[in-house]
Amino acid sequence: MTSSQHASYVRTEMLPESPPPLTESGIVKWVKENLFSGWINSLLTVVSLYVIYVCLSHIIPWVFQSVWNAGSLTECREIAQEAYGHTHGACWAVIKERWHQLLFGFYPQDLYWRPILAFLLMFVALAPILFDRVPRKLLFFTAIYPFLMIWLCWGGSIWGPVCAALGFVIGYFTLITLEKVAGSLIAIIGMFVVPVMWWLYLSGPVSEMLTSTLPIGLQAVGSKDIGGFMLSFIIGLSGIALSFPIGLLLALGRQSNLFIVKSICVGFIEFIRGVPLITLLFVASLLLGYFLPKEVTFDLIVRVIILVTLFAAAYMAEVIRGGLAALPRGQYEAADALGLDYWKSMRLIILPQALKISIPGIVSTFIGLFKDTVLVVFVGLQDPIGFSNLIRAATEWNGIYWELFVFIGACFFVCCFSMSRYSMYLERKLQTDHR
Amino acid sequence: MKKSVFFGTLAAAGLAAGFAAAGTLDDVKANGTLKCGVTTGLVGFAAPDASGKWEGFDVSVCRAVAAAVLGDGEKVEFVPTTGQTRFTALASGEIDMLARNTTWTFSRDVDLKFTFVGVNYYDGQGFMVRKDLGVSSATELDGATVCIQTGTTTELNLADYFKANNMSYEPVPIETNAEAQQQYLAGACDVYTTDASGLAATRATFEDADAHMVLPEIISKEPLGPLVRHGDDQWGDIVRWTLNALIAAEELGVTSANLEEMAKGTNNPEINRLLGTEGDLGGMLGLGATWAKDAISVGGNYGEVFAANIGEGTPIALARGLNAQWTQGGLIYSPPFR
Repeated sequence: MTSSQHASYVRTEMLPESPPPLTESGIVKWVKENLFSGWINSLLTVVSLYVIYVCLSHIIPWVFQSVWNAGSLTECREIAQEAYGHTHGACWAVIKERWHQLLFGFYPQDLYWRPILAFLLMFVALAPILFDRVPRKLLFFTAIYPFLMIWLCWGGSIWGPVCAALGFVIGYFTLITLEKVAGSLIAIIGMFVVPVMWWLYLSGPVSEMLTSTLPIGLQAVGSKDIGGFMLSFIIGLSGIALSFPIGLLLALGRQSNLFIVKSICVGFIEFIRGVPLITLLFVASLLLGYFLPKEVTFDLIVRVIILVTLFAAAYMAEVIRGGLAALPRGQYEAADALGLDYWKSMRLIILPQALKISIPGIVSTFIGLFKDTVLVVFVGLQDPIGFSNLIRAATEWNGIYWELFVFIGACFFVCCFSMSRYSMYLERKLQTDHR
Repeated sequence: MKKSVFFGTLAAAGLAAGFAAAGTLDDVKANGTLKCGVTTGLVGFAAPDASGKWEGFDVSVCRAVAAAVLGDGEKVEFVPTTGQTRFTALASGEIDMLARNTTWTFSRDVDLKFTFVGVNYYDGQGFMVRKDLGVSSATELDGATVCIQTGTTTELNLADYFKANNMSYEPVPIETNAEAQQQYLAGACDVYTTDASGLAATRATFEDADAHMVLPEIISKEPLGPLVRHGDDQWGDIVRWTLNALIAAEELGVTSANLEEMAKGTNNPEINRLLGTEGDLGGMLGLGATWAKDAISVGGNYGEVFAANIGEGTPIALARGLNAQWTQGGLIYSPPFR
């Protein structure tokens, strides 16, 4: 104040910063630059806005001017007519009445806790694989999870899955003991032969004996009662979990120097990739039915899982081979120069890098496999699409169409989108180059 | 299960034709359930309700057979089969009988080696159009666009019919009945053609059913019935005469309401033979004396089953038509119980 007394035309203090003009800041600026920056863009903006308006003006009333409580489609229409004056709204009542069938199939309603528990435990089992901050001890749970899941979903005596799991334990100990006594080749052969002997001849009687002495078990649920998203999850998850190791071995086999191993892998991959999945499913459901004797109960779900796994494994092998091929030759030579044997060089040097490169391809194979599970509807298994047909076949819901597909689509989207986001997270985490 | 899986794979090669042909009855009794092949959902004929219980016209045949053999209409394992898998499922022994509105044709009976045990519904291919199209007969459909399910006999029948009447048409191929409904309602085709029972069921779901009509022409014969494998005549007889028992019960006036009373004995000898108070028809089939009574007690006689699932009281509202008793001018006819 005091210093400005002499010259009144000199400003004595700084003006406060004033906001930029309205047209040069915030939303107005953004709109001007991005939507109306020229007459072509302005025209396109207006046309797009109109298209969006038309779509939303149909979709929003359909979604929200809907009926949630009704016993049939006719009733839905009556209620909608009364409430909104038109019947263009969705009839979500069908989802409300039948959601449990879309999710669980014919699974007994009082036992829903079992698949739900299996589903929740799946996250526990997956955690140590997906996130490296989770304690490693949880991997033990991951190893027993497949058997636990089978027991929870199908029920029955606990000793069946336990004896099946024991086969792997036996295989492991055979490997360790034989390696010390008789060398690694015999040990590897023994690792396969001994457990198969166990499963073929001993595990059945042993589990029966254990069941009769110590009957612990859940109410058994047949495969025919398993359907809906539960079926998609079982087929999809088993396929994903099994196809990855098999695909890995196939990819390594294809690059192998051993002629027979290489030919078998190439032949398998090219054969499976040359055949559509639906033909393999028909083989599973139709041809095997002719070949197997009538008394044999070879579960259709198991048959389908095996063929879906083989199918996905062939694609997985090629995706991983892409990763292996992308590694510079020097990495292989460096691994050899360190004096590592084949498996060590693969495990420590080659695969960590190759798999990192293949992540996007691997995950999109997983997503494709999960979505392909709806094809099982053609062999008479009741996946969500199959159930949409069954629900529509009920007199009261005949004529329902979009509501069921919207629900199924939303469920699939949630699963596939989370897989895709996880793969992006993983890629970011494993990024070691400096871009 | 694990063990049988492995044995199965080992035995896969040689044993394809090795299983015993006879003995379905013993198998069913040993299992305690009847494995019955049904559709993967067809309105009025087979569909599960909200609690998963199967209902429908074809389902009733399964339940009646289960009741006749096992004494309980609930002891059925329903196996949904698609158009592609149904015959293999039956031939391979995965199911004991098929009640999946399957048309009785020469090649299926002779070449595929099945035995059709009778007809439970006489169907035929028809046409549905919008009333405002101004068409009253199928002969006026020259140049129409037709929604048609691909790969079915309806497609062939349609081609034959239009050729025989010197007319042209433009097919709109569709995969499923549900898709056909959407296409037809969206105006993608003028005409929708499939079995007349399916047309009636489809029309019943429309908001403005009165704006659509089914044309009077029926252009094909589709006798639908349950079937079993060749080579087990005793089992074929059981399914055949269970169906006949339902039909005869309607003709003789035996209903679920008066069943218990009539089972005590009447002065009509045929009713007595049917319900097991006279003679030993059940013993001849290898079943108990009350086999027919058990079968009828599940859902009533043929007429009651028809009325409950697809008849005029239901949304599908099919008239008896050809499916009336022979005494009422229809084709439903059971040989005598003697």
